Amino acid sequence: MELTGAEIIWECLVREGVEIVYGYPGGAILPTYDALNKYQDRVRHVLVRHEQGATHMADGYARITGKVGVAMATSGPGATNMVTGIATAMMDSVPLVCITGQVPSTVLGSDAFQETDITGITLPITKHNFLVTHVSQIAPALRKAFHIARTGRPGPVLVDITKDAQNQKMEFVYPTEPIRLPGYVPPSAATPEQIESAIALIRQAERPLILAGHGVSMSGAERQLLEFAERAQIPVALTLLGKGTMPESHPLCLGMMGMHGAAAVNQAVQAADLLLAFGMRFDDRVTGNLRTYSPNSRKIHIDIDASELNKNVKVDVGIAGDLRTVLEQLLPHLPRLSHAAWLRQIRDWQEEADERDIIHYEAPSDKLYAAHVIHDLWKATGGNAIVVTDVGQHQMWTAQYYLNDRPRSLITSGGLGTMGFGFPAAIGVKMGAPHETVWAIVGDGGFQMTLCELATAAQENVDVNVAIINNAYLGMVRQWQEFFHGQRYNATPMHNPDFVKLAEAYGIPARRVCTRAEIPEAVAWAHSINGPTVVEFQVEKADIVYPMVPAGADLDKMIRRPIPQRNLPDWSENH
Amino acid sequence: MKHTLVAIVENEPGVLNRVVSLFRRRNFNIDSLTVGRTENPSISRMTIVLDSNVTRVDQVQKNLYKLINVIQVCEVTHQPFISRDMALIKVRASGQAVWLASQFGARILDYSDEMMILELSDEEARVEQFIEALRPYGIIELVRTGVVAMGRGKHIVQPTPHLA
Repeated sequence: MELTGAEIIWECLVREGVEIVYGYPGGAILPTYDALNKYQDRVRHVLVRHEQGATHMADGYARITGKVGVAMATSGPGATNMVTGIATAMMDSVPLVCITGQVPSTVLGSDAFQETDITGITLPITKHNFLVTHVSQIAPALRKAFHIARTGRPGPVLVDITKDAQNQKMEFVYPTEPIRLPGYVPPSAATPEQIESAIALIRQAERPLILAGHGVSMSGAERQLLEFAERAQIPVALTLLGKGTMPESHPLCLGMMGMHGAAAVNQAVQAADLLLAFGMRFDDRVTGNLRTYSPNSRKIHIDIDASELNKNVKVDVGIAGDLRTVLEQLLPHLPRLSHAAWLRQIRDWQEEADERDIIHYEAPSDKLYAAHVIHDLWKATGGNAIVVTDVGQHQMWTAQYYLNDRPRSLITSGGLGTMGFGFPAAIGVKMGAPHETVWAIVGDGGFQMTLCELATAAQENVDVNVAIINNAYLGMVRQWQEFFHGQRYNATPMHNPDFVKLAEAYGIPARRVCTRAEIPEAVAWAHSINGPTVVEFQVEKADIVYPMVPAGADLDKMIRRPIPQRNLPDWSENH
Repeated sequence: MKHTLVAIVENEPGVLNRVVSLFRRRNFNIDSLTVGRTENPSISRMTIVLDSNVTRVDQVQKNLYKLINVIQVCEVTHQPFISRDMALIKVRASGQAVWLASQFGARILDYSDEMMILELSDEEARVEQFIEALRPYGIIELVRTGVVAMGRGKHIVQPTPHLA
């Protein structure tokens, strides 16, 4: 059958099982949008309000479903607007295919209207990219793009397609021959020698600790992780993106490590004599000072990306492989062990830290603390919501106080730390998991970077609930200014719009909450509405995320919340 | 210590750009990079020389493998191998320069306007010695190709047969 390049694009998307495309039309991609009406019964197109939103929505959709997220934009500014979203997906290894229109091949390189070298621009922030200038290349490039995006260490792939290629016609038969990528062979399994060395280290260890990262959920190894930890009685610490890979209610699960991780977890990392790093990459937010990081431990590192092994932390056994495959290889050799003294030691650290926890403090009834909001939201949702965060203080409080018992129940921008990610990503999450309750927890700063997507949520009637943690500050920056920059709060106070009126202007029901007592009712109200809602929580302005490891400091040199403290101070009086 | 890597890559537009972009992004410092065609028209071959005191060789290798168009990366430093760097050097014509050229086995390619172009193809260190020896006699222009390398005998760098 003779098809245009534009039609071939949609044929390929249908063949790849794409359900939703997030996009924004424009000149160079117009032929593809013109062909959409032949395919809209098979592929849903969601019109976003900014191309960055399209990439974050596709990202959220991909993270919740495990499928490849797809975003589409035109050339030039449409393509460059995608850059932040692509970089976000790259840092967190999220499979995306971004399709951009390009000026006709006849004028490529002539600075034509809306021409930009998007394959050049995205070279360092994509797993791979393609420039397609002829109709015959479209299907092969898209097939490779989906394959590369979803296999190995997943990541974003951009396919830039010239307008003339979209308009050209060819006799089209979907290619069925195997994809030919001679330079692309993701690692899969460990060697018997690696298994043997790893098991030997585990047998010798007295204070072992598993570090579970995003790789656990990406390889679908949650069940194997649980079995591993239980059989060998090894406690599990989580990275930010590792939250959800091991139920936090499980006695062996210690919670989050790193800069704002639980104090007891960081103490355990430093005291351990064996670290088992599963699908994580020793990011600086996790390790603190590399020179003093976990000084007395041997290290086993399993990651699908060989270049992560020995990159930041020197390891004794490095295994490049798919985590689930390697854990399946290890499990038959893993002995039943017990580490009672070590677990007791960690329990003591936890109890000591517990005293300082703001969650146990009674706040004055007219004061609202963000940590209490998150804790009460967790209770009011039965801990069962999918929580999508933006970046900043609220993100860390969510990581600390919204406990995740289910895989993929926290969606957040970890590596790039992209403000503006949360709300659009939550739209994609809800579309990927329509039966789940989805809460976007955002700060007043980040929300304003992408709040134009309120229109998308309203137009598509996406049942996503937005919790704005409004402290009228760029809170995390403010916190650094307080600790490290002499309390000079330059460029962090925010004069905000009336978020309730703003939401209502988009036709979205909204409420404001100023006291703790109102929280359960507000959550119930949001759940009762079939469609997007916004709840603004006006919280204390000068609160701090504790504990905190200053950047580059030793992991156990944390700034802790002061004790004892009967009542929380009224910080707002100072400002 | 100097390390010589040979990378077999797909002969496609933009591959050199991807390799160079990777080195820049990862802050890998390299001494030289050459690229050229091979016996197989769909394959290009790169020779990369780097100093392990400056840049981690294992990281360069692993990151090269992450590029989809890079088929194989092989360190030839640990096996018997031949390497060649070529220099074209323009000097003021003089008896000393002619004598040095004959000592190093360099060829005189041009002799005009009282200047000579000397060509030396040899191991990198020897090319450097030659340049230093010539320096007192006034080097007017100098260009080098960068190192190319090949394993001796049965030490062969090529994509595995089913991929070629």
